[in-house]
Amino acid sequence: MTARVGVVTFPGSLDDGDAARAVRIAGAEPVRLWHGEAELHGVDAVVLPGGFSYGDYLRCGAIARFAPVMEKIIDAAGAGLPVLGICNGFQILCEAHLLPGALTRNQHLHFRNRDQILRIETTGTAWTNTFQPGQEVLIPVKNGEGCYVADPATLDELEAQGRVVARYVGGNPNGSQRDIAAITNQAGNVVGIMPHPEHAVEALTGPSLDGLGFFTSVLKHLVGTPA
Amino acid sequence: MPRVVVDVMLKPEILDPQGQAVANALPRLGVNDVASVRIGRRIEIDFTGEPDLDRAREIADKLLANPVIEDFTVRLVETDEAAEARS
Repeated sequence: MTARVGVVTFPGSLDDGDAARAVRIAGAEPVRLWHGEAELHGVDAVVLPGGFSYGDYLRCGAIARFAPVMEKIIDAAGAGLPVLGICNGFQILCEAHLLPGALTRNQHLHFRNRDQILRIETTGTAWTNTFQPGQEVLIPVKNGEGCYVADPATLDELEAQGRVVARYVGGNPNGSQRDIAAITNQAGNVVGIMPHPEHAVEALTGPSLDGLGFFTSVLKHLVGTPA
Repeated sequence: MPRVVVDVMLKPEILDPQGQAVANALPRLGVNDVASVRIGRRIEIDFTGEPDLDRAREIADKLLANPVIEDFTVRLVETDEAAEARS
């Protein structure tokens, strides 16, 4: 049976269409989820897309965290549902305390939009198991508040537990501590990533097809997960 | 009715690039004796009844501030109307 991957639309989401498209190209069925509906429609995984949910009011992701759909996602993530937060989705996962740390204003204050090399540090997550450890991938980055910060103890713990999923290579676009571009929770089912794998799934529009690996990974993960 | 004011500031150890940008602009105003500028957020809350500081603290902790990167203080201030009514 085809895996069903939910893509949430918040007011102000931008990349929900591209995320759904990436899910489809990877071979799964995208299921659009609405922020105001506390219902996951039986999806097998969820993508929180990029954009500016609730206009980035207060802090990026701070208000989206309290959306009705998020209550369900937070519960389901605790029970092992694979969740990928991209850009604003990463910010929402941090605000929801599904991931540690926070994302703050880029240190240089400029919005950065460029193709970025990342090194995949951990393949033991639901979203990176089709990569090779240490593999370098090319994926667009586009953010104004992508500077990952956490206290030193949290950063050390992330490193020690192999929970840094990807790092920026060839220049850190936002000042993130220890060049962190993506992290995961302890169970490896929740991943937050600042760059945009959903924008690198087709030769026509992306700098590479490297982003597809994140979406095919979750399909591989689901096949290996007993229902 | 007094108003609850919540001040949210980035923790001292968190870099404040906005504040730095403002500080860097000051010499252009001829101001050269400012060592640092940090920018925060002031939130004013009016309760329908008596102001509830504990409730305000809960709101601040859960929503208004992100305890990972920010500290907050909660205090009561007199609103102008309240001050006027007494005078």
